[in-house]
Amino acid sequence: MATVEIPEDMELVYKYPESLTERHTHYCPGCTHGIIHRLIAEVIDELGVRERTIGIAPVGCSVLAYYYFNMDFAEAAHGRAPAMATGIKRVSPGKVVFTYQGDGDLAAIGTAEIIHAANRGELITTIFVNNAIYGMTGGQMAPTTLPGQVTTSSPMGRDVETAGWPIRMAELIATLPGAAYVTRQAVFDVPGIRRTKKAIKLAFQTQLAGLGFSMVEVLSTCNTNWHMGPVEALEWAKQHMVDYYPLGDTKVIDEVKALAKGRK
Amino acid sequence: MQEAGRKIQEEIIISGFGGQGALFAGQLLAYAAMDQDLHVTWIPSYGPEMRGGKARCTVVISDEEIGSPLVRRPSAAIVLNIPSMEAFEPAVKPGGVLVVNSSLIPQKSERDDIRVIYVPASDIASDMGNIRLANVVCLGALVQALGVLPLEAIEKALDEHLPERHRELLELNKEALRRGAEYGER
Amino acid sequence: MAKELWEGNAALAEAAIRAGVEAFFGYPITPQTEVLEHFSKRMPELGRVFLQAESEVAAINMVYGAACAGARVMTSSSSPGVSLMQEGFSYIACSEVPAVVTNIMRGGPGLGNVQPAQGDYFQAVKSAGHGDFHMIVLAPANVQELIDLTVLAFDLAEKYRTLAMIVADGSIGQMMEPAEMPPMRPVRPPEERPDWALTGAKGRDPNIITSLYLGAENLERVNLRLQAKLKKIAANEVRWKEYSTEDADLLLVAYGTVGRICQTVVREARRAGMKVGLLRPITLWPFPSKRIAELAEQVRGILTVEMNAGQMVEDVRLAVEGRCTVRFYGRMGGVIPLPDEILPELEKLDAECR
Repeated sequence: MATVEIPEDMELVYKYPESLTERHTHYCPGCTHGIIHRLIAEVIDELGVRERTIGIAPVGCSVLAYYYFNMDFAEAAHGRAPAMATGIKRVSPGKVVFTYQGDGDLAAIGTAEIIHAANRGELITTIFVNNAIYGMTGGQMAPTTLPGQVTTSSPMGRDVETAGWPIRMAELIATLPGAAYVTRQAVFDVPGIRRTKKAIKLAFQTQLAGLGFSMVEVLSTCNTNWHMGPVEALEWAKQHMVDYYPLGDTKVIDEVKALAKGRK
Repeated sequence: MQEAGRKIQEEIIISGFGGQGALFAGQLLAYAAMDQDLHVTWIPSYGPEMRGGKARCTVVISDEEIGSPLVRRPSAAIVLNIPSMEAFEPAVKPGGVLVVNSSLIPQKSERDDIRVIYVPASDIASDMGNIRLANVVCLGALVQALGVLPLEAIEKALDEHLPERHRELLELNKEALRRGAEYGER
Repeated sequence: MAKELWEGNAALAEAAIRAGVEAFFGYPITPQTEVLEHFSKRMPELGRVFLQAESEVAAINMVYGAACAGARVMTSSSSPGVSLMQEGFSYIACSEVPAVVTNIMRGGPGLGNVQPAQGDYFQAVKSAGHGDFHMIVLAPANVQELIDLTVLAFDLAEKYRTLAMIVADGSIGQMMEPAEMPPMRPVRPPEERPDWALTGAKGRDPNIITSLYLGAENLERVNLRLQAKLKKIAANEVRWKEYSTEDADLLLVAYGTVGRICQTVVREARRAGMKVGLLRPITLWPFPSKRIAELAEQVRGILTVEMNAGQMVEDVRLAVEGRCTVRFYGRMGGVIPLPDEILPELEKLDAECR
């Protein structure tokens, strides 16, 4: 990265996060993974913990997330990131450990691992990216695919009679005593992106304060597999996803509330 | 105790109902054998050859490295209940020793090629105030009959390994051992 | 240190503790639950990590994570649980992080039973998971060897950055034998973790541990590196024990519990005038093929005895390459073959190879 001298009469208000590498992502144009990566990187920079943070990438579109984050990273087996994070954190209690997982990874194949990691109150943070579809394998039905939504494996639209209902993970995890902070946000517009960043920061702070498991579910888009343009996808998501997946906190224990208050 | 040059190889099965202390009696043997610098294996109920009572173990004591920790035909057996008697009375090798808890096993062995020792172990134990000592009574008889281990080695094993919760029964256990040993004498 | 009477499962756990294991992740399964129970008591006492996972799948991935962090770590299971761990084995092998696992084998397939068996030889030796790799597989035959090989497993796993598996069966796990524990090694402090480990990218470029290599040539390079490592292990780490082979004209090959049972067979056969020897493989992978090939020139016939339908015998045949007759005797389902049924098989072989 080229370093630029900042003149004395100017103030640096915006810069490329140190926690991101300069590598171009492989994500499709219009994908929201890039935004979410950036938010995490900014938060890690702001908290000053990059040099003691260990991330765990999932199987899914963000399988190569370790190329883009400028920090130690492991690549987990499909769905097992919370178990791997548990192993890392338990032998490295001073480190900051987070998993980055998609909906298939977290809410289908890795359901047991996320529920038990949350229930144990593992001091890890999970960023759960929910775009209601399997992206990497080419647009199959996800556990979070909406009723009636057409995918390559639900060509007539998701029939809840046979395929079951989409899972609301933020609500489910919130019921577990080990979870300290669970919230659902969306990156469909600028205010949403700002709120998401705040939530991610609080989630990491929850971990740093040793308060318990924290998870931010981030509603996002997959314009490619939804067969839409990026803007159209954002609009569709706002219209359809938020109804089924209401935004907001599902669990904030008092200690986390105090943390959030102290921050203001 | 051991005659010079005599080869030691004893395969002992101890069998009874769960709770009769068959496994613990076997462990006492194992500790005692270890203290005498002998090779020993203790293995709980495993293998096709074992049918009958519900809790049993095989103890092999040898002066050379032990190969098989399991045997189909033991050189000695303690049977604490009827199913064990039925399973192992025919199995003991000719020339071997069978200790029978005659308090609970009314039948007599028909074998004339083994030494059968009838010990009213449960009655002796009851008289002593604790029926659960029957296993140690039988063990006393067996150890005395085999002559491979001194009785004191078992007493030492009791000193060191009787579980904490049974500690107040230590002297009673030793007494039970000695009472059993009387039956084992030739 | 003096000998004590140790139960196999507890001895295994204590040996790992003496070897400086920092974390144990596991899930209860008979006949090795005592391993997990021993850790559950001892690890917190020592300020180390014990965690009962939600499944074997989670347990092996916790091991994977802790291994990536550079900690000495292990898990233990029995046959059905080990099947669940195979996904993790494959990732660990490709990522080249060290870890130790044990399989206290029970009868199978399926839920099978909890009796001692050796039906997982193929799984351990040939098919530990998807993709091209082998684990180092150590097969103790008694409690002392179980202790010694557990310590060795950690050293080999770290030396080669690979998986080392101890395979025993329920009878070794549950039997008691006098054995001597090694002295307690100090636990490696976190600041001395290996330089490849995930410890936070402080003052260095980030470390990435992955098993994903896009592009055929790219992955092939990794495969070639793994194969080169395996070749090195195969050249350096073959272990076995021989009994009465000097003048043998018949050879038994057996490992684990049935390996020691065959020691008794050798004694009894010798008493009956047969010149029988025993080769007991201690590493199942790498396999003592070279030594078996040498002995195949010396003996008339080989009898392989296993607690399965005949698995290791395939490796014996591959080693022998037709140099002598190879026969098999085995029992399944948790039945342990005893000397009085193995001896007649030897006599048959003797007659056949005259």
